[in-house]
Amino acid sequence: MTTETGIGASVRRKEDKRFIIGKGRYLDDINKQGQTYGYFVRSPHAHAKINGFDATEALNAPGVVAVLTGPDMEADGIGPIICGWGITSKDGSPHKAPAHPALAIGHVRYVGHQVALVVAETLQEAKNAAELVEIDYEELPHVVEVGDALAEGAPQIHADVPGNLSFDWELGDRAAAEQAISTAHHVTRMDLRNNRVIPNAMEPRAALSEYNMGTDEITLYTTSQNPHVHRLVLSAFNGVAPEHKLRVIAPDVGGGFGSKIFIYSEETVCAWATKKINRPIKWIAERSEAFLSDAHGRDHETHAEMAFDANGKILGFKVSTKANVGCYLSTFASAVPTYLYGTLLNGQYTMPAIYVEVQAGFTNTAPVDAYRGAGRPEATYVVERMIEIGAREMGIDPGEIRKRNFIAPDAYPYETPVIMTYDSGNYALAMDKAQAAIDYQGFEARKAESTQRGKLRGIGYSSFIEACGIAPSAAVGSLGAGVGLWESAQVRFNPTGSVTVFTGSHSHGQGHETTFAQIISDQLGVPIDQVEISHGDTGKVPFGMGTYGSRSLAVGGSAIVKAIDKIVEKSKKIAAHTLEASVEDIEHAHGVFSVAGTDKKMTMAEIAFSAYVPHNYPADVEPGMDETAFYDPLNFTFPAGTHIAEVEIDPETGTTEILDWVAVDDFGNVINPMIVEGQVHGGLAQGIGQALLENCVYDKESGQLLTGSYMDYCMPRADDLPTFRVETINTPCTTNPLGVKGCGEAGAISAPAALMNAITNALGKEIDMPATPEKVWRAAQGL
Amino acid sequence: MPTVSMTVNGKQVSADVAPNTLLVTFIRENLRLTGTHVGCDTSQCGACVVHVNGNSAKSCTILALQAEGAEITTIEGLANGGELHPMQKSFQENHGLQCGFCTTGMIMTAVDMVNKQDNLDDASIRKGLEGNICRCTGYQNIVKSVKAVAQEMES
Repeated sequence: MTTETGIGASVRRKEDKRFIIGKGRYLDDINKQGQTYGYFVRSPHAHAKINGFDATEALNAPGVVAVLTGPDMEADGIGPIICGWGITSKDGSPHKAPAHPALAIGHVRYVGHQVALVVAETLQEAKNAAELVEIDYEELPHVVEVGDALAEGAPQIHADVPGNLSFDWELGDRAAAEQAISTAHHVTRMDLRNNRVIPNAMEPRAALSEYNMGTDEITLYTTSQNPHVHRLVLSAFNGVAPEHKLRVIAPDVGGGFGSKIFIYSEETVCAWATKKINRPIKWIAERSEAFLSDAHGRDHETHAEMAFDANGKILGFKVSTKANVGCYLSTFASAVPTYLYGTLLNGQYTMPAIYVEVQAGFTNTAPVDAYRGAGRPEATYVVERMIEIGAREMGIDPGEIRKRNFIAPDAYPYETPVIMTYDSGNYALAMDKAQAAIDYQGFEARKAESTQRGKLRGIGYSSFIEACGIAPSAAVGSLGAGVGLWESAQVRFNPTGSVTVFTGSHSHGQGHETTFAQIISDQLGVPIDQVEISHGDTGKVPFGMGTYGSRSLAVGGSAIVKAIDKIVEKSKKIAAHTLEASVEDIEHAHGVFSVAGTDKKMTMAEIAFSAYVPHNYPADVEPGMDETAFYDPLNFTFPAGTHIAEVEIDPETGTTEILDWVAVDDFGNVINPMIVEGQVHGGLAQGIGQALLENCVYDKESGQLLTGSYMDYCMPRADDLPTFRVETINTPCTTNPLGVKGCGEAGAISAPAALMNAITNALGKEIDMPATPEKVWRAAQGL
Repeated sequence: MPTVSMTVNGKQVSADVAPNTLLVTFIRENLRLTGTHVGCDTSQCGACVVHVNGNSAKSCTILALQAEGAEITTIEGLANGGELHPMQKSFQENHGLQCGFCTTGMIMTAVDMVNKQDNLDDASIRKGLEGNICRCTGYQNIVKSVKAVAQEMES
């Protein structure tokens, strides 16, 4: 029976054993014979011209093997770091993505910019020698805020990008939105700031590269969410090695949250340099390097206008955003504030007219790219703050105004004015359940009790929607994506009946080794301990696109289902031959193949054995039981839900206590409820972190990163967070075979709006994220 | 280079180390016990927590030479032969880990907490975990894991 390990069961995770006994294999746990250690010389300046570079002393230092630079890479024909998504501006021109050499050539453009790689016998020797590299910098004017960078007279960061403007993009119907705003009963207008955050996966980024002179192959171990994408880009664009001579392995990876999607300078340099020096090179980022040079997240300045009729029905929505993309366009940086943002501004509502315009500006800061949610948290923040403020201004209950605007459960498929077609949902049901769970009716009494104690109590909603499993490939291609967004799966039976599944997605905490095994166990009746999930090695796994955007189950899981379909189809032919029946009469359920109306049957294990020992076997069927499928989704999936946060503020200290948090999410069908709940908890912690604690700050004067360590950047800790109450509703996705929607980003998308709505409800006035005690105290004191 | 000797997971070990070698480096590089992790460079994250003479400690804040003669337990020494420590089992049972990188330090901190404190509730467990950062779980299932062991020990 598979019910205890099948779809819908909270199976305890198969991957946990190695992690709880200290046998995980993260990058720094791997060592190679004769390895050297790399250390990057980084720019101490926000913007400077390099007038001279002298590594003589460093090269003479003990243990130093090499000091490598941008010009060395250029001489070897190594291409620059690329951006993989093309955006077209309003005027029809392509986005501007200035050349981004993996090691700086001529200029540095942010603090932490990679200038040279020092390679030595030990890490200590590499670090000591890095101190001896002499660089003659001529400092240039810098700018760190996007509003300043796009203003008249700002310092120019790239000679070929006038006004620091990468693109000026738009979506929707400007005239219709402006018409609605000019004639509406009420218009809510707001400026909103989506603060910049730093991802901080607990395992820092790392690379270990090794060249085999005998085979002319390079193996790159790196902390990647998508090793095949790494291989493709490093080969096709950077020219590090031909694709068949480059193997990329992402072993156990300690968290990603988007930050390990991108092809960064460091692994590009290591992959190239190992062949140059013919020694393995290990580079492990120190946490301070991660702060400086991981791609950051968010950083939007937005003005929004939402038009309502007298009943609170939304008539039109206009959004103007300035997005900080840092000093270069990172791998998917251009997609985040555009197609992952503007397309979600419809929220869960009927909105007759929407217009969004986004100006992306370069600054002298680290590149900004996808971070858990990527564009969708920014969209949700704008929509859910605007409707909440609209409700307050119009004197309508915030739950009620949302209900008046929800898309009805029978309106699907629902086409929005911003090019999305929602397949399914039940937004009012999630809202009703959330209101009941938090006892919304009892809020006023609880508030009165807080007031008696001199405390300020507030409640806030977020009815979020997201688009996951970005697809189909043809559609994203038409929007500028440089890649397809399908997924692969290979289901390989061994002769003894155990199964290895190779997935092109990658697990760095999500629990694929359990969830995917449940699908196999459920559909093919294989005991779950007989199923192994293999991922993260381009030498083993068919080409796949990796894990981000809550896509692994919706796209990668669906690919597994497609491979299972092929296994079943082949098995039916073998069973028909062995059982002397026609294929049409073979019925399959959970790994048992039987002849309809008889007691004749074969198990999947028996069929697999027969396929490898084909003594009595159909003539027209190939031996073996090993099927591969590639799945290209028909549409995005649209997880949605309502979260309600309740807070109490101490006006004397400005501290905010989160008293209660209810999350009701529609993730479609759920394979493993325990894992899903854990994903929601983690997303909420990151969203709450952004709203309450975390903030990336560059000093305007010096361009230095002021929040460059855990001493200065406030990470959420156990005693900062409440106990969440998580429920799901299950409206199956109609466009994939599992009916699943994706759950990885929901918490991070929903939480900031819910929390800021609650805090501003308590305060009775607006403040921007993060709601630090100082800001809250000033607001509470009327300062 | 001076010689340092200590007992790690019940085994006597000795090595010549540079004076500035951190205990975590000694554990990872000299002994190749890679279950103890390095997650930051400011002694904030707790991924490197081990037990030194029965007390949890961040092994990135101690020089190897300072541990001369000490009894060290790392995550690899926590299980009793093939039998996992109740805290290890509890983290698996309660889904107290996701990517697993902070987990070993979390478990070592949690074991010390339940060994030394009675009547642990959610609030005191959360306070006790203050020195360990997890980016994946939102801490809720870590708290649940620790509480389950605390309750088991009390009953």
